[in-house]
Amino acid sequence: SNPPVAPEISSSVALDFVLIGRTSAFLLLHQARAERFFRSDHTNNWAVLVCTSRFWFNYRHVANTLSVYRSVKRLGIPDSHIVLMLADDMACNHRNPKPATVFSHKNMELNVYGDDVEVDYRGYEVTVENFLRVLTGRLPPSTPRSKRLLSDDHSNILIYLTGHGGNGFLKFQDSEEISNVELADAFEQMWQKRRYNELLFIIDTCQGASMYERFYSPNLMALASSQVGEDSLSHQPDLAIGVHLMDRYTFYLLEFLEDIHPASQANMNDLFKVCPKSQCVSTPGHRTDLFQRDPGSVLITDFFGSVRKVEITMETINLTPHTETALAYVDQLPVAQIIHQKPKQKDWHPPDGFILGLWTLILLVFFRTYGIKHLKHIF
Amino acid sequence: MPTLTLASARSPFRDEFAEELAIRPLHSGDIHASFQFRTVWGVDLLQATDPRFLRYAILPREIVCTENLTPWKKLLPCGSKAGLAVLLKSEKLFHSSYFSQAVHIRPVCQGMHCTVPSWEMRQTLNVVFDLYTSGQGKREWSMFKIKIYVDVTDSPQGELFELSPPTPLLSQAVVLGDRRTYSVYDLTDPGTFGKVRSLNLLVRWKADNGDMLRPLLHGERYVAGFGLQTGEIHTLIYNNHPYRAFPVLLLETVPWYLRLYIHTLTVTSKNRENKPSYIHYQPSKDRLRPHLLEMLVQLPPNSVTEVTVQFERALLKWTEYPPDPNHGFYVGSSVLSALVPSLVAMDTNITQEHPLFSSFFLCKEESSYFMRVYTEPLLVNLPTPDFSMPYNVICLTCTVVAVGYGSFYNLLTRTFQVEEPSQSLAKRLANVIRRWRGVPQL
Repeated sequence: SNPPVAPEISSSVALDFVLIGRTSAFLLLHQARAERFFRSDHTNNWAVLVCTSRFWFNYRHVANTLSVYRSVKRLGIPDSHIVLMLADDMACNHRNPKPATVFSHKNMELNVYGDDVEVDYRGYEVTVENFLRVLTGRLPPSTPRSKRLLSDDHSNILIYLTGHGGNGFLKFQDSEEISNVELADAFEQMWQKRRYNELLFIIDTCQGASMYERFYSPNLMALASSQVGEDSLSHQPDLAIGVHLMDRYTFYLLEFLEDIHPASQANMNDLFKVCPKSQCVSTPGHRTDLFQRDPGSVLITDFFGSVRKVEITMETINLTPHTETALAYVDQLPVAQIIHQKPKQKDWHPPDGFILGLWTLILLVFFRTYGIKHLKHIF
Repeated sequence: MPTLTLASARSPFRDEFAEELAIRPLHSGDIHASFQFRTVWGVDLLQATDPRFLRYAILPREIVCTENLTPWKKLLPCGSKAGLAVLLKSEKLFHSSYFSQAVHIRPVCQGMHCTVPSWEMRQTLNVVFDLYTSGQGKREWSMFKIKIYVDVTDSPQGELFELSPPTPLLSQAVVLGDRRTYSVYDLTDPGTFGKVRSLNLLVRWKADNGDMLRPLLHGERYVAGFGLQTGEIHTLIYNNHPYRAFPVLLLETVPWYLRLYIHTLTVTSKNRENKPSYIHYQPSKDRLRPHLLEMLVQLPPNSVTEVTVQFERALLKWTEYPPDPNHGFYVGSSVLSALVPSLVAMDTNITQEHPLFSSFFLCKEESSYFMRVYTEPLLVNLPTPDFSMPYNVICLTCTVVAVGYGSFYNLLTRTFQVEEPSQSLAKRLANVIRRWRGVPQL
């Protein structure tokens, strides 16, 4: 008589277990979705876009900066959170055959200047001092809000620099430079003053990778258009305007960003693939060792867009507390260890044409002087 | 947006906003368009306007582009989304012969008794479209959709240009001392639109010539002289009134690096010296303060008055030069302010419905109006050093020192010793290999 009873009990118990299992699975699903929702720590986005070159023939640097400005605005960052610095005016320049326009594609396809651009620092105001003051927040009290970077410790900041540069420096308006050490120190000041949560630094200049070599603050990710020793090249000239319109790296970056929309799930690994050597001629580089999260889990819109996600739910969700705490200042490596970083191991390259030619010449002279026939006596 | 009617004296004053567009076809085929936006707040925003806190500032080198227009449009109540501001497209506005935008804020009286203090913000935008360079070619101009006043004084019977659609509504106003007739298109009146929901204003030119009325007061300024040491600033003031003389206040602000010689200041009209009735001069202080020169000059009728002053150019310090010093340095415009007698009596009854552009400056006198004219800014070259010279000097002196001192040092300290010639490297290497092979050496 026991066996017939047991299945009933067991089946009802099994049914209860199944029900409990299904409810808990449901909760787990919500919990997973909620955790994915809160995966990034930032609550607001800022962008600092700087063009450091003056004069009409540097049209492409202004077009570079305005392309990034356009993408960033399109993906949601408002003008109040963008600090745009343009060292010269190309749109209403007297040499511009189409006033109030700055084009990025030849045949005047795309006007990146737009109809509602707001430039915060223009002309002579774009100096190294002003740039560093904007980053560190040390501005005189009379500075208007539109010229300030009012970020907090939950801000993700995108910093884009373009212009003429060299190994370890970036030229501002043909009269002064900012070095990579100064830039690294400025970012360290920002970290100590809790002015950013995560920072993405993009630079499109010649030998751009030298500018991020000296970074030592946490939560920094950097991209550059060319390695040390390489030049970043410009893309294509427009014959009507008469100058090169864009630089190659930013041109392909703009094409990549045009496909991004606010709900896009593209991540940083896609950004690292932008403009390979076949398109860019120079080798773009990136640096992620100071960044806490895996680049594959960082969305493009975490930096380029200002995504506000709201989901309404009736469920109560218990979130597990964050096991790994955010990096505090005391957890950093000691400064002495960071600053004296070992130089990057240079990869071995096979000897290039010059070395080969030189050795061929030496060997030929050797053979001519001593004659082939003498060699068998010597050796 | 239509103008709200004024409330009666009992009810509280409300904020109001008015906008209008005045179009004036010019004889050359250009179109002058003037947008006026007026916002009045019925509150006392600022407590006092103490003239001791008055400051005058000028930025002579300020390029005006869409980046200036965007915050200007944001001051309008609806931005650029509704109203006449929808017409402000930057690509059309900046491809023009002349562009000017302004914001004026001042306290105004509302009503005859001035009991309620209110503040008025007036935004104006003036643009002259040059049709030939914008590529249209035909002498035709049309505008879609939109109080619009078109100046038809020059062509009352339609000789100079033809306006379509025709409107029977005409109004007269005195603008800048000249009585002009306007065809009015009232956008708040549904009868203007007819069956179609949009208004397409078309101006078609017929005749080719005609005389333009010259303004009664205008000015020019230029720099004379040659070289980078001295120069002369000439300001020409034209009085085109046929029979009336009037005084004009000339305000010049010259930066400190043009050192003015005020003892060379001369004012001549009709080849005769014209002594100003009032001069105020504040000298400059290097790197602190510019020159301030104010003069009240009586302009004889139908004449040209020339004000000249000589100056010397200063050499700036190394770090004071801008990044592009060979472009030159700008000197701000001089300002001519005058009560110009008009040829026509004006109507000072302010409660009537006037177009905004005529009611900006109201005067008590019936026969003169206030005008402020800005001359062109000047561009002067200062003596500019060659900024590559420190690098050149370092290279040259280091080379000279190395060559000269190096040779001298060698002469003093080098000694010669006799030495046996050693075997060449090839022979030595061959000997090493022979030793290893066990073969007799060379």
